[in-house]
Amino acid sequence: MPISYDEVQHVARLARLELSETELRVFQQELNALLGHFQDLDGLDMAHLAPRPHAVNLHNVWAEDEALMGLDRERALRNAPRSRAGLFVVPAILED
Amino acid sequence: MPTNWTATELRRRLDAREISAPEVAEAFLGRIEREDPTYGAYLTVDADGVRAQAVVAQARIDAGDAGPLTGVPVAVKDNISTDGLRTTCASRILENYIPPYDATVVTRLREAGALLLGKTNLDEFAMGSSTEHSAFQLSRNPWDTERSPGGSSGGSATAVAAELAPVSLGSDTGGSIRLPAALCGIVGFKPTYGRVSRYGLVAFASSLDQIGPFGRNVEDAAMLAEAISGHDRRDSTSLPQGPISSRELKSGSLRGLKAALPKELFADDAEPGVRAAMERTLDTLREAGVEFVNVSIPSIALGVTTYYIIAPAEASSNLGRFDGVRYGPREEGAGHVGTVASTRGQRFGHEVKTRIMMGTYALSAGYYDAYYLRAQQVRALMTAEFERVLNEVDVVIGPTSPVVAFKLGELTGDPMAMKLLDYCTIPANMGGFPAISIPAGQSDGLPVGLQAMGPVNGDERLLQIAYAMEQALPAGGRPPIA
Repeated sequence: MPISYDEVQHVARLARLELSETELRVFQQELNALLGHFQDLDGLDMAHLAPRPHAVNLHNVWAEDEALMGLDRERALRNAPRSRAGLFVVPAILED
Repeated sequence: MPTNWTATELRRRLDAREISAPEVAEAFLGRIEREDPTYGAYLTVDADGVRAQAVVAQARIDAGDAGPLTGVPVAVKDNISTDGLRTTCASRILENYIPPYDATVVTRLREAGALLLGKTNLDEFAMGSSTEHSAFQLSRNPWDTERSPGGSSGGSATAVAAELAPVSLGSDTGGSIRLPAALCGIVGFKPTYGRVSRYGLVAFASSLDQIGPFGRNVEDAAMLAEAISGHDRRDSTSLPQGPISSRELKSGSLRGLKAALPKELFADDAEPGVRAAMERTLDTLREAGVEFVNVSIPSIALGVTTYYIIAPAEASSNLGRFDGVRYGPREEGAGHVGTVASTRGQRFGHEVKTRIMMGTYALSAGYYDAYYLRAQQVRALMTAEFERVLNEVDVVIGPTSPVVAFKLGELTGDPMAMKLLDYCTIPANMGGFPAISIPAGQSDGLPVGLQAMGPVNGDERLLQIAYAMEQALPAGGRPPIA
């Protein structure tokens, strides 16, 4: 079933992307084209296959505890668009 | 001083005191200044840094303390973090970002004494196959400047092919090292997933991303691979193995070597010129003693489709961190969500947004099982099919790319054609296999690449085979550069 305009708008909201109506229409088209190719997989019997999320099978990687210096504050804040008193200034989360 | 010496040759001449590290640095800085406006390989050149590193390198050589790369210039793809040196990922969302730390590969290059020339152009966040998705500039193929060098590590491939660096680093998520290597007529190597630390590589698709080297021959690529590889506790997916040793690089032979030819990699949709070059290559290898085994790996045909679920899904999650709060510019909007969405909407390029949208959709409630989970099952199938073949042979070979270098702009309006460029290279990322592209003749004056894939952790053996093949095949030749 093709993706509707409303769904694309919903996905953009989930992805935190502010897009114009024109952009949303373009993405609707592109997503539908891409997902159309996914029908290549229809009819494949994969019930016996465990999903493989990774290229190599590592389990439970442990390391000895070791105290290391982290980034100092000045360096950590050097790229911040806004900072004050050694802290990141974040956009307001709560309304006034 | 000539700038066309290989890294190995440079090292020898540095140790013999025929040249000095500062001379090497000046030669490359001068050439970049003269020639790079034509090629657009570099986004940032660190002239001051290189000069300072060259002085230190020369002191090491004079003290008899030279490492494997001491005094050798290296160019680094601009999605690999360099302490104090701008790292943009060719994106407007990071255009002024200066990392506060080095990637592990960069730390290792510095320890080996390399000179870090600068940072090379790429498709934004490594998403693309032509380097045309860079937010800043085009890179041009040294064989024909009207054509793309391929991507996404197009700047790193261009730099090495145009002799603006002897060797360079790229990253490969679906073919981003091997494809540009093939299109630029050089060697590009993607090691086994986990053999090279990803710490400090700006993540695109974490389960597929791998850093690797470019060189003008296999020996240089192997030397660089050895310097950057080996376990790293800062990357939890790093394998416990040590560095990729190049000690036995030259002791292989093609006689009796068994190479699988998957019919899916020799499909009729490859360009006739590429197919003709491959036939000549196979003839040469057969005469040198290689035994070919015809096989079928049906899941290869599903690779591109599967990749375009898995890679965007991982990317949509990884790129969530770019929110205009801790780094990057901030575009004010309504409240927190509005500001984040406005920053991302304005600062990401179209291709990146497409992949974030695609990935977010594939991971969203109700679609996860239908897309992401099934894609992972295909990944399991593909890995199993390759492992079955790799148990019976030494190497799997085929063309690296179905086409030679294409004209800039030729594929930008055809997203699917662009994506199909990675048809031959995606399987190695899916299974974590090591894979290398080496020059294998030409089609109408443009380079063709031969890809060789080996089993997980068979990096040393694969490089040995690639080296032997390189000796048997005609030299790749030099592009028409100044």
